[in-house]
Amino acid sequence: MAINDFDIELQLLIDAIYLKYHYDFRGYARSSLKRRLRTAMSRFGCETLSRLQDKVLHDASTFPALLGYLTVQVSEMFRDPNYFQALRARVVPLLRTYPSLRIWVAGCSTGEEVYSLAILLREEGLLPRTLIYATDINAQALEQAEAGVYGVDRIAGFSDNYRRAGGTASLSEYYTAAYGRAVFDKSLRENIVFSDHSLATDSVFAEVQLVSCRNVLIYFDRVLQDRAVGLFRDALVRRGFLGIGSKESLRFSSHTDAFDELVRHERIYQKRDEG
Amino acid sequence: MTSSTAGAGLGPLRADRIDAVAIGASAGGVEALSVLLPALPAALRAAVLIVVHLPRERASVLAEIFSSKCVRPVREAEDKEPVEQGTVYFAPPDYHLLVDKAGPASAQLALSADDLVNFSRPSIDVLFESAADVYGRRLLGIILTGANHDGAAGLAAIHEAAGITVVQHPDTAQSSLMPMAAMKRSPVDYVLTLDQIAELLRTLDGDQVTR
Repeated sequence: MAINDFDIELQLLIDAIYLKYHYDFRGYARSSLKRRLRTAMSRFGCETLSRLQDKVLHDASTFPALLGYLTVQVSEMFRDPNYFQALRARVVPLLRTYPSLRIWVAGCSTGEEVYSLAILLREEGLLPRTLIYATDINAQALEQAEAGVYGVDRIAGFSDNYRRAGGTASLSEYYTAAYGRAVFDKSLRENIVFSDHSLATDSVFAEVQLVSCRNVLIYFDRVLQDRAVGLFRDALVRRGFLGIGSKESLRFSSHTDAFDELVRHERIYQKRDEG
Repeated sequence: MTSSTAGAGLGPLRADRIDAVAIGASAGGVEALSVLLPALPAALRAAVLIVVHLPRERASVLAEIFSSKCVRPVREAEDKEPVEQGTVYFAPPDYHLLVDKAGPASAQLALSADDLVNFSRPSIDVLFESAADVYGRRLLGIILTGANHDGAAGLAAIHEAAGITVVQHPDTAQSSLMPMAAMKRSPVDYVLTLDQIAELLRTLDGDQVTR
């Protein structure tokens, strides 16, 4: 398995981005990164990654746009309805026992998962005493998340997921549709703090009862996965909860012993008592 | 385009050359795989990576369906799982399946929730392109029946990386569009009937390797 030109150029580009912009992609899984970069190359009209690197270094407008290609993850509201159903059935009853709640949605991208959780918490009567930290490394995505505006064409899928996730009302109660866009109720985000945070370079910033980080770890290599899961472990209160993507696993993580499986199929874990 | 029968005509295909087999199928794919996967030899060396386009609910039971029909272990791919020789992996529903280098001679599986490619997730192109990148000439790519164009670019990538390319003969495919799209896109090493592809897979027998 010899190293080819593209691999060399990829390495150089990642280093250039780290040195110049302090975004750290060194621990990202190469396969997905390569795919995303190939898409970006054609978008920026660059035949090689070296040419893209030239633009990234010398044209100030290129990097913010490239960051979109490298990080933005388009999700759905209530993606994997069973996950949200399991949160309601198995985690919410325990969250109720806390007088105030803090939840961390790590890698929130454009916010679909954050609003899903906020809606779930409102229906369970917990939202008023909850603070949700929604973090991502992409400032543009965070702005979109904060705006809470989604294309109306996506709403049918969201609504279907919402129903299958055990929603107790109708999703239409949470947004207003106009001019092809669905604007989600501002009151949902009164208790959400949107903030720039990198799982690759930043540290723990709060103590929380639940971390939800779905389909983010699959983009990391094992070393970076370990770093991220280590942050979640350190951020969680005693017997706190961690939810990850339905095809992600702590099986290959060095922190696997720090968690018990609470809902195995939905990848919801509970932090073990230490010692 | 060569049309060839498996066996004597497959001189270059030695079991010790192939580290991985990548298979893509769409409409009619489950039936086609029911012919192919039982043909995998007990001493299979290569790993087998498969993308089938199916609705979420059905795709999630693929590994279960084929486990009982195969002598080799069949699993749904997990993220970061080391690729084991002689094991069959299905892409999970609603995720792309990719391969990453894990060391000088080892690979691991990776999943992605990126956008649909060719209206599909999992997409055959995504698997084939990343497998071509990791395995190069030690990869065998197979396009089976299907009613879309997914896999054509991926098979071309395998060809460019000097891997071996196989397409199910369009006349024998339940849906010929996908085989034809692949043949149109780049030269194909073998155009074979399902039985011939099964015969080809039988030759990937680690015990038959002469050194």
